[in-house]
Amino acid sequence: MTKKKMLFLGDEAVAQAAIDAGISGFYAYPGTPSTEIMEYAQGSKTAAERNIHRTWSANEKTAVEAAIGMSYAGKRSMAMMKHVGLNVAMDPFVNSGVTGANGGCIITVADDPSMHSSQDEQDSRILADFALLPILEPSNQQEAYDMVFYGYDISEKYKTPVFMRLTTRLSHSRANVETREPRPQNEIRLPEDKRQFVLLPAIAKKRYKRTLANQQLLLEESEKAPWNKYIDAPDKSLGIIACGLAYNYLMENFDGKPPYPVVKISQYPAPKCYVEKLARECEKILVLEEGMPMIERQLRGLLDRDVKVLGRMSGEIPRDGELNPNIVAEALGLKESIGLPVPELVAGRPPKLCAGCSHADFYAAFVDAIKNKYGDGHLFGDIGCYTLGALPPFQAVNSCLDMGASITMAKGAADSGIFPACAVIGDSTFTHSGMTGLLDAVIDKANIVVFISDNSTTGMTGGQKSHAEGRLFKIVTGLGVDPEHVRIVVPTKQNHDEMVKVITEEVEYNGVSVIIPQRECMQTLRRKTKAAKK
Amino acid sequence: MKCDMILAGVGGQGILSIATIFGYAAVESGLYLKQAEVHGMSQRGGDVQSHFRISDKPIYSDLVPMGKADLIISVEPMESLRYLPWLNPETGWLVTNANPLINIGNYPEQDALNAELNKLPRKIVIDGDAIAKEVNNPRGMNMVVAGAASLFVGLDFELIKKGITTIFGSKGEEIVKSNIDAIVAGREFAEKNR
Repeated sequence: MTKKKMLFLGDEAVAQAAIDAGISGFYAYPGTPSTEIMEYAQGSKTAAERNIHRTWSANEKTAVEAAIGMSYAGKRSMAMMKHVGLNVAMDPFVNSGVTGANGGCIITVADDPSMHSSQDEQDSRILADFALLPILEPSNQQEAYDMVFYGYDISEKYKTPVFMRLTTRLSHSRANVETREPRPQNEIRLPEDKRQFVLLPAIAKKRYKRTLANQQLLLEESEKAPWNKYIDAPDKSLGIIACGLAYNYLMENFDGKPPYPVVKISQYPAPKCYVEKLARECEKILVLEEGMPMIERQLRGLLDRDVKVLGRMSGEIPRDGELNPNIVAEALGLKESIGLPVPELVAGRPPKLCAGCSHADFYAAFVDAIKNKYGDGHLFGDIGCYTLGALPPFQAVNSCLDMGASITMAKGAADSGIFPACAVIGDSTFTHSGMTGLLDAVIDKANIVVFISDNSTTGMTGGQKSHAEGRLFKIVTGLGVDPEHVRIVVPTKQNHDEMVKVITEEVEYNGVSVIIPQRECMQTLRRKTKAAKK
Repeated sequence: MKCDMILAGVGGQGILSIATIFGYAAVESGLYLKQAEVHGMSQRGGDVQSHFRISDKPIYSDLVPMGKADLIISVEPMESLRYLPWLNPETGWLVTNANPLINIGNYPEQDALNAELNKLPRKIVIDGDAIAKEVNNPRGMNMVVAGAASLFVGLDFELIKKGITTIFGSKGEEIVKSNIDAIVAGREFAEKNR
């Protein structure tokens, strides 16, 4: 057996493991902190040699569906996304718990506690629990690697998709990982029951009972999994449950040897036997988990009286935000170390649009044409670099709810009588979730102006290929927008006046207008120029 | 042996190259390593930081606990001060480039900034840009700072240089040499000024 030590980001460890474990297709839409899984697969020579599918999907829903389609065919697949991407994919995700899998299927979701690069810090373990899927939550890069092999095994053994939860700190942290001998991909092998994936009520009812019955078996798997364990220690005044990454912060504080018994949880359903033992032997239980208090809630129950539980709900751990060694130290009553305070003169340095960014030239025109004329409050925003238009110097954007919401929120506002009602959305976000909303607007003849700020890339996540490239005009006219009111402009300083004029004209048109400020992202352009030089 | 570091700077200044080169030397030395990076939104001209830990024993946390960092390595002076709560107040060193990157309106006055840096007992403030120019590598400021910091990292300097050869190898001999010149110049400065 060849054992190689590699330096991997958590995301890269997952990708390499999937390649080594015989995956046939990766499906994803970019989203921090999950993006690097696909990027690694795309850059992998082995993946190319093995002809593994690894191009981006239009959104997370299409990604999960394609992954399940590949599983139907008997091959191994993975869908990857950030936590809020899972919301987009909830329909196939939850129902996949009922259809089950055929070939091994892992759905990997990277959460972002502390919202380093996200709109919320939802804990996707709760959603996977809701979908009745087994959950793998690695505590380090090596576990992430090993768990992918294991995940495919239990996925195929129990015919269920498996959920893997990462968080920012693991996704974007590098460590040494020992890799394994690669194994072959599966051959095509249709499900024995050709109606397994047909969720007609009569079939779904049977499938659902199977899913429910599986839970006991998955619990038994969890109780013997190598990454779930009970680590005994003499001081029973406290017992500690440490989930995923929290285990590292605990060990950091005690140099690997906590004086209290510890239950390490990296696979769910939570290993009941260990938790039971801990509750029986210890006076109280401290729950350390990244994200929301899932285990803590389950442990407290509705009546919160049988076991004394400490954690996020009782204030020992802050209710929000990501964990770190210091928060854990404080919860354990250890003396917290801290260096010198940050000098007062240190100023905040928020992110901003890059010099020469096309979005900036669009905003400059928008401010002159709309904000300075009608006041602040007329621009519904979306998700991407251009959300930064909410901050100085433009302060032009009034919302950022979810992918695609700019168009539909503008429509709702226009329906209520707001004028002008405008939306700004990027090219990639538009093909992710904006198209259906635009169709609503066309059908209703809503009086809105939609700006598709087209920089021909998925910029915020590092310049991945955009599905919209070269297709925007056809898509919007195909959806029914009058071609006369689809205006393409080149956002530059020189074209400022022309842009203001176009915006002014389209605001005056009573109906759906789409203005496409179109100029390539500076970062993508720079990378392309650099690559061309080589 | 262990060295816990915070690498600091502004998005686009190249702190991750420093981590890559030290990382190479650490792996070659058979050490454990954990390095938490920043990706995504904060890269857009905002402050960026990376927690970087090397040790001869297994490392648990990806994050350096506050007050425990042995070293702050910064390519921008104000950014170096942002992470003082992480620096070990008794033993930690701060190594920073002297030249501000001013992309905000309320950037502090140079004198006030220097006064804060001067309060620190163990520091190297190095004009990385000037030294990089002196060795004909005007874009090698981060390597100069890495050279100065290398004095405190506890890694074999020859292995660090080998890291540069390996990592920049595909870009040609000239780039390798100019980066080695930069890192050597940075180290010499730190030796004289520690």
